[in-house]
Amino acid sequence: MSASNEWPLWEIFIRGQHGMSHRHVGSLHAPDAERAIKNARDVYTRRNEGVSLWVVEAKHISASSPSDKGPLYDPAKDKIYRHPTFYDIPDEVGKM
Amino acid sequence: MASTENTELSEQEIAFQARIDRGEKIEPKDWMPDAYRRSLIRQIGQHAHSEIVGQLPEGNWITRAPTLERKANLLAKVQDEAGHGLYLYCAAETLGITRDEMFEMLHNGKMKYSSIFNYPTLTWADMGAVGWLVDGAAIMNQVPLQRTSYGPYARAMVRICKEESFHQRQGFHIMMTMSNGSGEQKRMAQDALNRFWYPALMMFGPSDKDSVHSAQSMAWKIKMNSNDELRQKFVDETVPQAEYLGLTIPDDQLSLDSDTGHYRFSEPDWEEFHQVINGNGPCNEERLNARIKAWDDGAWVREGMMAHANKRSAKKQVAVG
Repeated sequence: MSASNEWPLWEIFIRGQHGMSHRHVGSLHAPDAERAIKNARDVYTRRNEGVSLWVVEAKHISASSPSDKGPLYDPAKDKIYRHPTFYDIPDEVGKM
Repeated sequence: MASTENTELSEQEIAFQARIDRGEKIEPKDWMPDAYRRSLIRQIGQHAHSEIVGQLPEGNWITRAPTLERKANLLAKVQDEAGHGLYLYCAAETLGITRDEMFEMLHNGKMKYSSIFNYPTLTWADMGAVGWLVDGAAIMNQVPLQRTSYGPYARAMVRICKEESFHQRQGFHIMMTMSNGSGEQKRMAQDALNRFWYPALMMFGPSDKDSVHSAQSMAWKIKMNSNDELRQKFVDETVPQAEYLGLTIPDDQLSLDSDTGHYRFSEPDWEEFHQVINGNGPCNEERLNARIKAWDDGAWVREGMMAHANKRSAKKQVAVG
């Protein structure tokens, strides 16, 4: 088995037509960035999925760990005053 | 000491099952039981291999398609299948197996692909039957898997299902054209249906009573419906389509059960199924050899491109330094 000869893994991001951010769509193997873009075009945009591609070699992505879920995201749960619905505004004020 | 470890493990497993029961997705870095990981690698790998090997029976007809339009349709379908294989290999890789390891296991027979691709495609009508029946059966298997518990697998299935409905429709379109054509064309269409009907029924796997992996896989939501349930659904949907085409399903026992609203039908020959799975189908050797040849013949290209990329990045480093 010659795993070391495998082309590196790239993560692929596409921006669609309607001004949204680039979005992760999947990954693929390629020898370099240029080829990763060409392969991504064939693998992920066969049906007009996008107008712009980003490719990032997977080893350069740092990700949060599943065990950090609590400390990272729980604090937001009790801060309901960050949402507009927390504040009662009388109807007579009109649309706000 | 050992008993403490066991308790800990089972607590983890209980928590894991609870997450699945709540409908949460399991992601690559999450803890998962080894058996869940292994089952998924087997299932996703087998599915990926089926997409790749599935290109071969259709590739046979690309240069002989009857019109330029049909040729373009078939090319697009076969290209989709390559893409679907790639989505699935990537999903399997998130479980800690490499692409090369999966290829090696396909090539040495340790991993399987769908038995349907070991049947030959003898006439152009087979392209119609394959799209209509084989892709039809595949879609029926795949649609529920969009809700499977493993995130990367579910996401790959969403893309695949979105793209695949054209495959079945283009096949049915070929069948429509041929059934409405000359007597000879209609006979070809019927012949293709005769040959692909039972192999298509086999695609759902053995009967529930003989299926080895079912119960655990269903608890883990990596299998969403039983084999027999999906097979019945396929028959119920396909019989009226065959009637529309004016073709006859090759089954004397086929009848609509007015009490249940379901068709009664004959089981496929399971002995044949096991023979084909175990390497003795009409085209097993041809398919696997074509696959191995493509891999071996492409080695110098893969190595050359990697060497070129390494050389260029080394040059860049020197320039920067």
